[in-house]
Amino acid sequence: MKLDSMYQEIILDHYRNPQHRGLRDPFDAEVHHVNPTCGDEVTLRVKVTDGVVEDVSYESEGCSISQASASVMSDLVIGKKVDEALDLEREFLALMQSRGTAEGDEDKLEDAVAFAGVSKYPARVKCALLSWMAWKDATAKAIDAPLDLPAQEKP
Amino acid sequence: MTPTEFDVERVRKDFPILARTVHDGLPLVYLDSAATSQKPLAVLDAERAYYEQHNANVHRGIHVLAEEATALYEATRDKVAAFIGATDRREVVFTKNSTEALNLVAYAMSNAETTGPEAERFRIGPGDEIVVTEMEHHSNLVPWQMLARRTGATLRWIGLTDDGRLDLTNLDAVITERAKVVSMVHQSNILGTVNPVERIVARAREVGALVVLDGSQSVPHLPVDVVALGVDFLAFTGHKMCAPTGVGVLWGRHELLEVMPPFLGGGEMIEVVTMEASTYAPPPHRFEAGTPMISQVVGLGAAIDYLTELGMPAIAAHEHAVTAYALDALATVPGLRVIGPPTAEDRGGAISFLLTDDAGRPIHPHDVGQILDERGIAVRVGHHCARPVCLRFGVPATTRASFHLYTTTAEVDALVEGLHEVRRFFSR
Repeated sequence: MKLDSMYQEIILDHYRNPQHRGLRDPFDAEVHHVNPTCGDEVTLRVKVTDGVVEDVSYESEGCSISQASASVMSDLVIGKKVDEALDLEREFLALMQSRGTAEGDEDKLEDAVAFAGVSKYPARVKCALLSWMAWKDATAKAIDAPLDLPAQEKP
Repeated sequence: MTPTEFDVERVRKDFPILARTVHDGLPLVYLDSAATSQKPLAVLDAERAYYEQHNANVHRGIHVLAEEATALYEATRDKVAAFIGATDRREVVFTKNSTEALNLVAYAMSNAETTGPEAERFRIGPGDEIVVTEMEHHSNLVPWQMLARRTGATLRWIGLTDDGRLDLTNLDAVITERAKVVSMVHQSNILGTVNPVERIVARAREVGALVVLDGSQSVPHLPVDVVALGVDFLAFTGHKMCAPTGVGVLWGRHELLEVMPPFLGGGEMIEVVTMEASTYAPPPHRFEAGTPMISQVVGLGAAIDYLTELGMPAIAAHEHAVTAYALDALATVPGLRVIGPPTAEDRGGAISFLLTDDAGRPIHPHDVGQILDERGIAVRVGHHCARPVCLRFGVPATTRASFHLYTTTAEVDALVEGLHEVRRFFSR
């Protein structure tokens, strides 16, 4: 089935067993992002200490792709320097905008390369990006520096 | 015409798009007509013929084409009036869609503050109330929220019962002497519920409130008669009734339109213009500023001819039968819960539902829609521009299958089969 390229086992695993879920203290910034077309929502908190993403926690509601992506994203960025994490975000954004032409660098993106198949489905790309954009927005607030969000992903 | 004479297979031949395939050869199963209907050849032909033979601006030229274009445009006004039982063609105002029609009334009401005493009926301010229902499409909610903010009036609403009907137990307490306007949906786009308009109209009349009816989902599917309904305004859109996008209608009782302030200013809606001020044309032109959507209006006329020839009672009977069949068929899918009336009584063919997998875990509508699409089945997923309904039922979103005159029971069977596949896929 063609859909197997989107619904990879690894995505369904994260969907059923989400990592880092639940809002935690302490945090420096909290944001709420929505995807108004499908009703996906995420509330996300970030704690940044000495330039390192110390914690990401979230509550979210949405489809398997958006839920799994939040889990994979937090797994990936927690413990990374903010600059490294922002590199990963750019890398993931490029993968999502590749319309099925990129595979993603597994050494860097780890489980997130499983979303490569999602990039073939334009309607689902924003599901995969929702939590990443929320994280980026929250991080910008936490470190008090403007970070550009792609226009259509702004809340 | 009796329902048995309605030949859905013959109807389908009028809609070229229904014969196309998707995803490398799968037949299209289009169950998203509440979002927009497909268009019959007669409508496509009418728009093309208009541009090929008659294209000109309306109401302003003295040449042949201008007269032909104006005649075609105005002929649709007569067709619309007849279609909804209006007694006066001047009561039919062309708008862009239902949203614009509803905004037109809401803005006219706040504009009444700065017009003469004739518009007293429309004035609204602090202490006055606007009443809607909890099942409104955002297009019949947000304009009234905005009106309340502009004027200081208070927004109130009629709540819902657990089976998706209006809770009328405290109607008299919701619609009070303070109500200036009651605006409600005739048939819900998310729940499918057909509302008891007469009960609300009766209460609104007792307190002297205007009644606006959103007919976006009823006019395309049921015989609608504005005189029998007894409302003051009716809004509906062409694209859900086999016409092109970009054209809608506001019908209003003439004695109200006559004193209602305009919404959009510009050419066509004026009488005398000086640098200091202007006087306005009588209705309907007062509410049709600027060059209108001429070819779409011509297309709407062709759509009304098409629906009228088939007969709205026959179309309604066909859709009722498909809806009843679908409710029965969906009830056989394990883990499926319909959000809205469980039977076809006073209900249209828009069916929202939730689905769980074998373990009882919810399958998100977005995922349901994706698997169905893979099988060529088009449904809508999300909050259907009626987010308060989702909040009321405590769900983030629903999957919605919606029907029209061309929907078959075989398509419902394909949906049910698809839903079994969705459950298999997510129960792995």
